[in-house]
Amino acid sequence: MNDSHYCPHTPEEIAEMLSAIGAASVEDLFAPIPTELRAKTLNIPPGMSEFETFSRMQEIAGENVQGITHFIGGGFYDHIIPSVVDHLANRSEFYTAYTPYQPECSQGTLQALFEYQTAICRLTGLDVSNASLYDGGTACAEAAMMALRVTGRNKIVLDGCVSPFSREVLKTYLFNLDVEVVEIAPLDGLLNRSLIADVLDDTVAGVLIQNPNFFGSIEDFSALANQVHSVGALLIGSVYPISLGILKSPGEIGIDIAVGDGQSLGNPLSFGGPSFGFIAAKKTFIRNMPGRIVGETVDRNGKRGFVLTLQAREQHIKRHKATSNICSNQGLCALRGLIFLSSVGKEGLAELARLNRDKAEYAKSLFAEIPGVSVLQSAVTFNEFTIVLPKNADDVVSGLLKKGIAAGVPLGQYYSGLESCMVVTVTEKRTKKKIDQLVDALKTELADVRF
Amino acid sequence: MQLIYEQSTSGRRGVKLPASDVPAAAALPGALLRAEKAALAEVSELDLVRHFTNLSRRNFSVDTNFYPLGSCTMKYNAKVLENSAALFAPFHPMTALLPGGVEFCQGTLGMLYDLGQLLADITGMDEVTTQPLAGAHGEMTGIMLIAAYHAAKGNRAKKKYVVVPDSSHGTNPASAAIAGYEIITVPTAPYGDMDLELFKKTMSDEVAAVMMTCPNTLGLFNPHIKEISDIAHSFDALMYYDGANLNAIMGKVKPGDVGFDVIHVNLHKTFGTPHGGGGPGSGPVGVKKALIPFLPQPRIIKNGDGRLLLETANQGSIGRTANFFGNFGVMAKAYAYIIMLGREGLIQVSEQAVLNANYIKEKLKGYYDLPYDMTCMHEVVFSASKQMEHGVHAIDIAKFLIDRGYHPPTVYFPMIVKEAIMIEPTETESKATMDAFIEVMIEAARTAESNPQALHDAPLTMPISRLDETKAAREQNVCSVR
Repeated sequence: MNDSHYCPHTPEEIAEMLSAIGAASVEDLFAPIPTELRAKTLNIPPGMSEFETFSRMQEIAGENVQGITHFIGGGFYDHIIPSVVDHLANRSEFYTAYTPYQPECSQGTLQALFEYQTAICRLTGLDVSNASLYDGGTACAEAAMMALRVTGRNKIVLDGCVSPFSREVLKTYLFNLDVEVVEIAPLDGLLNRSLIADVLDDTVAGVLIQNPNFFGSIEDFSALANQVHSVGALLIGSVYPISLGILKSPGEIGIDIAVGDGQSLGNPLSFGGPSFGFIAAKKTFIRNMPGRIVGETVDRNGKRGFVLTLQAREQHIKRHKATSNICSNQGLCALRGLIFLSSVGKEGLAELARLNRDKAEYAKSLFAEIPGVSVLQSAVTFNEFTIVLPKNADDVVSGLLKKGIAAGVPLGQYYSGLESCMVVTVTEKRTKKKIDQLVDALKTELADVRF
Repeated sequence: MQLIYEQSTSGRRGVKLPASDVPAAAALPGALLRAEKAALAEVSELDLVRHFTNLSRRNFSVDTNFYPLGSCTMKYNAKVLENSAALFAPFHPMTALLPGGVEFCQGTLGMLYDLGQLLADITGMDEVTTQPLAGAHGEMTGIMLIAAYHAAKGNRAKKKYVVVPDSSHGTNPASAAIAGYEIITVPTAPYGDMDLELFKKTMSDEVAAVMMTCPNTLGLFNPHIKEISDIAHSFDALMYYDGANLNAIMGKVKPGDVGFDVIHVNLHKTFGTPHGGGGPGSGPVGVKKALIPFLPQPRIIKNGDGRLLLETANQGSIGRTANFFGNFGVMAKAYAYIIMLGREGLIQVSEQAVLNANYIKEKLKGYYDLPYDMTCMHEVVFSASKQMEHGVHAIDIAKFLIDRGYHPPTVYFPMIVKEAIMIEPTETESKATMDAFIEVMIEAARTAESNPQALHDAPLTMPISRLDETKAAREQNVCSVR
């Protein structure tokens, strides 16, 4: 019985094929599976038409509350996505291909990934990159493991201002390895510089910082880079790619390995994925990089072409001695990142970064005028900043959420003692009107506070 | 083709940004600013569209070519899945993590929960986490769960080894290594499966887990799988199922029923989501009851009223393996795929995948060496050893196929077969397509005898001929400096 248009054979064709095989029935082909091991049930509901399937998916999407205005980030950001991104990345020659093992018939993907690696190198000011990692958190973990390999040491120092999610992912990855992870508690939304000096010694493989950090603060890490290098360790920086339109690049700071989440580059929020992780490093570390790398070469006629290179690092060759277990990456999301960056372009990315900062600074100035509200950090910020409220931030955020505004990320569950703080994110998509509405709504929410 | 950067003209823009409606902020201190803007492309929208459209035309893909890449399950990706995933684009993952936020995300959390239930039934497991972002990420998560299980019993130090067959995917040992294990590799016996006697000798109290792909990478179902599970369990070693080859067995056998304790599922293989030129995939992990306490956080649970909640404070959990809830968009596609095909459809998928692979096996075994000549599951592995007598290698046959419009099968894997040619047709290909492919494979075998040079010269019809891979590795030009 052929009831699926995705399995195209007619009963006659099935009969012909079985006859060629010399089997009496399709069931005969499953004879290698001992009868006593066979499945007794499969409790999957009956199938449905394409139309009904899509209707069901619409219903599910409809069960989420619609039209929330986002002033939240936490690693995922609500940025514009130029129309070309969807149209080009949705060309099925891109999205129904796989890892370009056969370069002659995969030059489209390979050249695009080479251009992507180039964009990441230019954005970060570093020399080499790869064809993408999974997300920002796993990229932090891969970078830490890279630092362990490069230095042969077994200690990682974590700035507590790094996203709590990325820190958790990193700790999960390193838990079973013989690695010590030292975490430095933040000081007013900044790296506690006096504590870092105490832990830096020649047993440290790498120090992970984030810029701008989870509180939104921008710091100058150039001196830290020198300090880290002086003990032979590597500085790993998790960065927000949109901010690199204006901020000092990791390469200029002296960061050895830069990582980050690429969602903000042309990938929708999509409830947390797929996005991509990016990684870039100084050239000397290339053999310790995880994942696929595309390299330029020539063909038999001297014509330029692109190919997966340095594969001797990878799991399909090196197995348990590979630099990483990663196989499938997030290639299509990285392609979206490339198309986004090429559409916005050199001038546009700087303009976009400024626009984000302008909007956030405007919001920050209004918040600072609300009685009882202050800004946590004295440091400058990009498109996120932390405000201190005159009451528990969880209550404020849940109250505003009921009014359709995701006003910020309360910090209490991530940092004890900061229960009255929340991080507010303002991207270029938030109009002045929406920002004003947020500020008014917050004032109303705080109306019951007595000073 | 030129690089996008080689088409740049200073000052050209590809998209207009919104004008600012707020005052300009005070300038940042110079020490925090980059010296020069990043040298991204500067092209018009039309130039951009032509560039990427023309690049896409330099790819083989499932939508343009038969793509029998073994172990990758390159089936057709239904278009309604793309439309379905797009419905979820506006939902911010942080919303669910805000106080009271889960009430705003019942649809998306519910879909993840329901997908977990469906996958648990298909695989015979008790609970599924949807957090892992790809197959290898799932493997790593699964082995970490096993490590946590042994640690909870006080056996972490004693249990030092993970056993894998030599036919396993490279990700298996690589993932186990991240979980801190040493690897023991067991050879394949002449009957095509892990050597049972050697396996028995390998097993001890120090083994934490046995990782199996079943059917294995030779496309063969291991009839001793239950015995292997029983032996492993007798040493308190857990059984890990690499779900890369699940496409062969849906509704036919459930890994959980034959003794597996942990499984990852590659949604981009079995459940019809596209491969994206390398990803995104998605690698949900299913476990038996004993491992539920260790699942990654946040864990999606359902209360008595049917409302979805997030468990975030379980101290026994291995922690987070990714920043949010996994590759949600990929999971939306897989969920749509499962509900659309339904019970009968999924069974039919496995039946026709197996039928197609056996058909190709029978039609080609007179022309190519078939090292393990028995009924296969979803894929078949030939060897180009006969063609080697004429100096023709698997890679030459692969390149010949490209000239005929076919994406080559997987070659040189599994490593245990010399000059391996691993063909996985999948269930979505028609008999006519396979017949045409079979003809071309036969033509390649004949050409290997009559004119081996023609195979060495291939491909001739692509934008480039064979590339100098040594030069690429030596020069390491991975970023354009122009």
